Amino acid sequence: MTPAPDTRRRRPARRLALLLVLPLAGGPALAAPEFPALTGRVVDGAGLLSAATEARLERQLEAHESRTSNQLVVVTLPSLQGYSIERFGVELGRHWQIGQAGRDNGALLIVAPKERKLRIEVGYGLEGELTDVLSRAIIENEITPRFKRGDYEAGISAGVEAMLQAIAGSYKAPARKTPRQVNSDGIIVITAFGGFLFLFLLIFFLNYKHGAAPGQGRRKKHLDDDGQTWTYYDADRRSGSGWGGGGFGGGGGFGGGGGGFSGGGGSFGGGGSSGSW
Amino acid sequence: MAWRHATRLLSALLLGLSLSACGVNELPTRDEATKAAWAQVENQYKRRADLIPNLVETVKGFAGQERDVLTAVVEARAKVAQMTIPKDIIENPEAFRQFEANQGALSQALARLLVVVERYPTLTSNQNFLSLQSSLEGTENRIAVARRDYIQSVQAFNTELRTFPGRIWAALLYSELRLKETFSAPEASSEPPKVSFQ
Repeated sequence: MTPAPDTRRRRPARRLALLLVLPLAGGPALAAPEFPALTGRVVDGAGLLSAATEARLERQLEAHESRTSNQLVVVTLPSLQGYSIERFGVELGRHWQIGQAGRDNGALLIVAPKERKLRIEVGYGLEGELTDVLSRAIIENEITPRFKRGDYEAGISAGVEAMLQAIAGSYKAPARKTPRQVNSDGIIVITAFGGFLFLFLLIFFLNYKHGAAPGQGRRKKHLDDDGQTWTYYDADRRSGSGWGGGGFGGGGGFGGGGGGFSGGGGSFGGGGSSGSW
Repeated sequence: MAWRHATRLLSALLLGLSLSACGVNELPTRDEATKAAWAQVENQYKRRADLIPNLVETVKGFAGQERDVLTAVVEARAKVAQMTIPKDIIENPEAFRQFEANQGALSQALARLLVVVERYPTLTSNQNFLSLQSSLEGTENRIAVARRDYIQSVQAFNTELRTFPGRIWAALLYSELRLKETFSAPEASSEPPKVSFQ
């Protein structure tokens, strides 16, 4: 029953517990809009489309993706939640990760009937084909005239048709892969390998130091002590602090699901054009 | 001896394990992210500057008498183009403020021009002008996105640099890393200017 060593042993554990809890409690309160779930290639949150039109658009966009790997998604929103449609669009595209990873060949047609705003949001990889100028032309020539008559179905259908025409044949892709899977597996393998390599080298290094040449007695001892304290200090510190950083935050991130459709990992940079009616 | 060996092995194991998940790479990773985000900011501003000569020429053809507004744009654009951007601009408050001020002046001159042209219906229905206008609008939006991304990346980097354990890592390994500059008025340009001519 010796209390002193007991408390000393308990303290790191408490610190560890604290560090484990802290990131959860003080998580970043990012002001981001609430995004709808990506339930398919047509996400009709505002209820503008009939089931038949929705199914037809789904087929059309799916066929386009299997041919070109470009991911196009139609989304109607019940509300922009106070954000500009430009801001909402780029963040929704990034959140869903529409487009293939590395190619960023995704595009969104966003309609917000409550705010009477619409936008064609274009991923980096399609900016060359679906330019700002073309996007604007599609909005002004194909979509808004029909919207003004109240015919949302016709406007969205014509808009999708025009978007597909604008990017038709722009990119012939190889069969679609599942890049996420490969990526995260790769990271795990590399991390594991790197960790083992590091351990191996460290053990080797420490052993080497302790068994240094006999001629350098004083220096060896000095190094010895130094190495030991540094190691202990670090091991203690790091094993406690390590959990805070969380460098590997899981691969997920898209709200995939229904119809087996999910974003491919594409990103957006604000390309496209907006309009209103 | 065997005991020492065991503790040594154990500490090595612990160190190795903790290192692999403790953010020793966090600072360099975020440092690179800020650089990439900044490159995007510069890119988009350059893209805007490249659009301007064409825009000015087109406007001149229809509204040549608006000399003051046009020269203001040309001068602001020249100032932006002439500025030599030092390599360390994002760690250099003076150069950073200068860059921001020059780009801001150009934004203002452009906004004035786009208001003035509304008085010229033949210009605003000109196909060439309309394309330039959509490109400019798109570019302003890209600038807003790039600035927002940059601000976020700098925030993450600076926080990491100033807090534990990044602070320790910085002291031990990355003494060359400095706090980075960020835009002083993020909200002002988070919305692209409304340039509509209906």
